[in-house]
Amino acid sequence: MRVKIFISLKQGVLDPQGKAIENSLHSLGYHEVHNVRVGKYIELEIDRASPAARELRIREFCDKLLTNPVIEDYRFEIEE
Amino acid sequence: MRWGVITFPGSCDDQDVVDSLKLELGQNVQSLWHKDELTGHFDCLVLPGGFSYGDYLRCGAMARFAPIMRGVVKFAESGGLVLGICNGFQILCESGLLPGALVRNSGLQFVCQPVHLRVEETDTPFTGGMKKGQLLQIPVKHGEGCYFADAATLDRLQKNRQILLRYVDAKGKPTAAANPNGSLENVAGICNERRNVFGLMPHPEDACNKLLGSEDGAKIFASIAAAVNEKAKRDG
Repeated sequence: MRVKIFISLKQGVLDPQGKAIENSLHSLGYHEVHNVRVGKYIELEIDRASPAARELRIREFCDKLLTNPVIEDYRFEIEE
Repeated sequence: MRWGVITFPGSCDDQDVVDSLKLELGQNVQSLWHKDELTGHFDCLVLPGGFSYGDYLRCGAMARFAPIMRGVVKFAESGGLVLGICNGFQILCESGLLPGALVRNSGLQFVCQPVHLRVEETDTPFTGGMKKGQLLQIPVKHGEGCYFADAATLDRLQKNRQILLRYVDAKGKPTAAANPNGSLENVAGICNERRNVFGLMPHPEDACNKLLGSEDGAKIFASIAAAVNEKAKRDG
């Protein structure tokens, strides 16, 4: 089954990329847009029998490798 | 003393470190391969600059799991000296050997220029040969060198005097203009609580010869060598 992982910068971490994109949007006339933050999206397939074991393993490798908990938060969705 | 310089896939400043240590400072240096387990005796291990694993996912995120890092972590935990330069600093933060993280330069541009650094603490093997407040000129070349840590961590770093180098202007003031990448508190280099692991974004190996513009980088390597030799005499 497919796992979709959404990784975002923690509040409080400066995001100059997001700011640059916001400025571009404003210069295109989209002044209603604020607080642009750029994150990461990772998709992967996983084989694991029990849903509980699966979730545990996903959290493990998200904490260990896919994200840096010092600067990033994440959430994930599992597509059956 | 024996230096070990590690090459990860994508490291590019490993040879500069080896050359500066060998040719400018007459040191005994061994090159180490990321896939090998760490064996043999070393006094200082260097994680050099570059783009290990293409900086994919996050800078240093995958290098921290290289086979050789098992030995590096053990070495650091037993008190061995570890020096992380640029990508090496990023790897040390990713591996938890140093607190905080390095993120994209706040100006979004890759910065390649000489910077002024102020030596903040001298009771470490890495800065022992220098004076507090001394200015060094060493080049930086990085796109993700902005040091970040939360308020509690920054507080702890200040209290424990773990900030060893700060970006300053020619007069020694840590101004915003002197900060090439937006690092909090103008942090250019920090050590761990035990003071045996040091990470810095500037490249001392590129400042070991007058022809390259500065010999201030050699002062860091010389401090390390002096500290190791002194310890050897004491343990003698």
